[in-house]
Amino acid sequence: MGITTTRRIKVASAAAAGLALVLTGCSSGGSSGSSSASSSADCSAYSQYGDLSGKTVTVYAGIVAPEDAAYIESFKPFEQCTGAKVDYTADKNFETQILVQAQSGNAPDLAIVPQPGLLKQLVATKAAKAAPAAVAANVDKWWGADWKSYGTVDGTFYAAPSGASVKSLVWYNPQKFKEAGYTVPTTLDEMAALTKKIADSGQVPWCAGISSGEATGWPITDWMEDFMLRIGGPKVYDQWVNHDIAFNSAVPTEALDGVGAYLKNPAYVNAGFGGVESIATTTFQDAGLGIPTGDCSMMRMASFYSSNFPTDGSVTVSKDGNAFAFYLPGQKADDHPVLGGGEFYLAFADRPEVQAFQTFLSTDTWANLKAKASSSITKGGWITANKGLDIANLVNPIDQLSAGILQDPNTVFRFDGSDMMPAAVGSDSFWKQSTNWITGQSTKDTLDKIEASWPKS
Amino acid sequence: MHLAVTNLSDSGKLLLMVEGLLAFAVVIALILGIATLVERRGGRRVAWLFVLPTLFLLLVGLIYPTLKTIQRSLYDAGGQQFIGVDNYLSIFASSEQLVVLRNTFLWVVVTPFVATAVGLVYAILVDGARGEAFAKSLIFLPMAISFVGASIIWKFVYEYRQASAPQIGLLNQVLVWFGQEPQQFLIKSPMNTFFLIVVMIWIQAGFAMTILSASIKAIPSEITEAARLDGVSAMQMFRFVTLPSIRPSVVVVLTTIAIGCLKVFDIIRTMTGGSFDTSVVANEFYSQSFSAGNPGLGAALAVLLFVLVIPIVIYNIRQMRASEGQ
Repeated sequence: MGITTTRRIKVASAAAAGLALVLTGCSSGGSSGSSSASSSADCSAYSQYGDLSGKTVTVYAGIVAPEDAAYIESFKPFEQCTGAKVDYTADKNFETQILVQAQSGNAPDLAIVPQPGLLKQLVATKAAKAAPAAVAANVDKWWGADWKSYGTVDGTFYAAPSGASVKSLVWYNPQKFKEAGYTVPTTLDEMAALTKKIADSGQVPWCAGISSGEATGWPITDWMEDFMLRIGGPKVYDQWVNHDIAFNSAVPTEALDGVGAYLKNPAYVNAGFGGVESIATTTFQDAGLGIPTGDCSMMRMASFYSSNFPTDGSVTVSKDGNAFAFYLPGQKADDHPVLGGGEFYLAFADRPEVQAFQTFLSTDTWANLKAKASSSITKGGWITANKGLDIANLVNPIDQLSAGILQDPNTVFRFDGSDMMPAAVGSDSFWKQSTNWITGQSTKDTLDKIEASWPKS
Repeated sequence: MHLAVTNLSDSGKLLLMVEGLLAFAVVIALILGIATLVERRGGRRVAWLFVLPTLFLLLVGLIYPTLKTIQRSLYDAGGQQFIGVDNYLSIFASSEQLVVLRNTFLWVVVTPFVATAVGLVYAILVDGARGEAFAKSLIFLPMAISFVGASIIWKFVYEYRQASAPQIGLLNQVLVWFGQEPQQFLIKSPMNTFFLIVVMIWIQAGFAMTILSASIKAIPSEITEAARLDGVSAMQMFRFVTLPSIRPSVVVVLTTIAIGCLKVFDIIRTMTGGSFDTSVVANEFYSQSFSAGNPGLGAALAVLLFVLVIPIVIYNIRQMRASEGQ
């Protein structure tokens, strides 16, 4: 069994690599004229990396076609100017494969790690290398301390951030808001007032859906994390995620009750689907489909939700269209906590070419190259918290909004907490108890049961 | 072993596989060779030689994993700390796990009897009737559908939309036609477990019907004719002739479905994912081992399942022997 599985994965990754090669071949063939012209002009910025001809850097990630093409495209100026070759491989089993590779000593030079928890596990294998000083300096310059701390394990800085995503968003219909004279709320109190106003007008303001197979319940965990960040603040949020405060203590109780004021209020949910309980059986994909049609006024969901809207031209995702998102506000207008996710570049080699490439990836130059490549190849869908990112390089309005939120100087960024909790909580009891909570279980019982499931050691 | 293989290149792995196949062929050839040599002397020793490969495979594929699982169930989530029977205690102590046990109990008690009863009644009703083959194939059809497929079909049957919207679930549409409010069938525990059990009955009734129908046809006609001459009613015929004659088959059908219910996983996984207090032992074993990161508790649940299945399997085998003996 061990042999066949490994073989199958190898074959799959070989196929992915093959596809990647074909893609590179195509795009370089198509644009060879322009890129050779531009490379001679731009190369001055790459002189710091020296001549790396004949050297190869291997990159391994879980980002597969079609998103991989934008990565490969964004590495090209580095390859052309330094002479180094970047070999990008990806497969969907990345998260298990990278651990096996790191433990058995044949890890790639660089891995794109999608969450801090896995980053810690990889550093624990002792195969990872700390980031060179140039990368640390770039991260200090272009990212906030919050991002740097997620790339740091036990006081050593390992990994520079790559892409990012924003989850603290509320989807709404700008056209309907304009017709009805509603304004986008800038504080939690304003959001509560707006919700009441819509409900008083005879409309059900919110829609939500948490059905998602085995992971049923996760959208509520995101709601609760957002409210933890707003009610408790980032410090208490970190304590909660690390279990320094009990899951059933005062602040989490207040946060979940805060969510309940929206999701468990029959006058506020569930637009287009029924009562509170229908949240449990509605898939999160279906939940927001009433926004462009005007059946539902608001839904809290991450930026990736835009891909669920029909593509027949009936939905325009933009500031004046029939679907867009606003930032889920903080307690005060100046409070700017943001819940989200992101990827990190972790190195398993410290050869000069690897460190040079690592440094290049932590610059604003690469961030903008990648943004441009994503805009032209996949119509966007990629942002970074790198403050050097020029928002003009993004084509997708939701990307522009998200990047703007990340670059706001008041923004305090926190990773999705359930991803960092032990699996027994983060991918089991938190989901299950949230589901029971929406179908009638009290907040106290819910939090007591999650607290009881937290592993003892 | 796994790590060692990962280190090899592709051609190295191919070589390893070829070597493995060769070694296997050599062993088989050796056994067959020895068997032919000894065959002249015949008897038990040859039989033992032929049993050897089976024993070996059982040892590697069944006995060893069983022992490993039992061992794993005595350790904590990380697999480092020996904790004795704590995992088993937590199955019987935590309210969540007790719900899982209750559901499994409902599955094992309700499904076999209802499915067998439906199959039996159907088999008797269509026995000798016109269009028997067609009527039988109708109820046998769900057997051809995979559990996951059947679950998706029934998920749509139970689908809920609010009263003001058009219903897309069959059952709720029927309710609406009769002027009732549409219901959320899969949310309310413990009724939702019964709605899941219906899916299993839908699949298994065809199986029960097929076996029992064949068994009814095998009843010697002398017996039924003699009973008719004695003037039995249809009810008496069923009670005193048909049922005693097919009793071994009924028991085999009951136990087979009961074993299937103990192991039921696909239906729960597809329809609710174990939410709304519908989880059963097999589903919980999977969740604990592979999502909740507690393989210790998962192994304990697997052992519990094993212990629960054994008596039914033994009873099943005995009955099969009895029905073969007849």
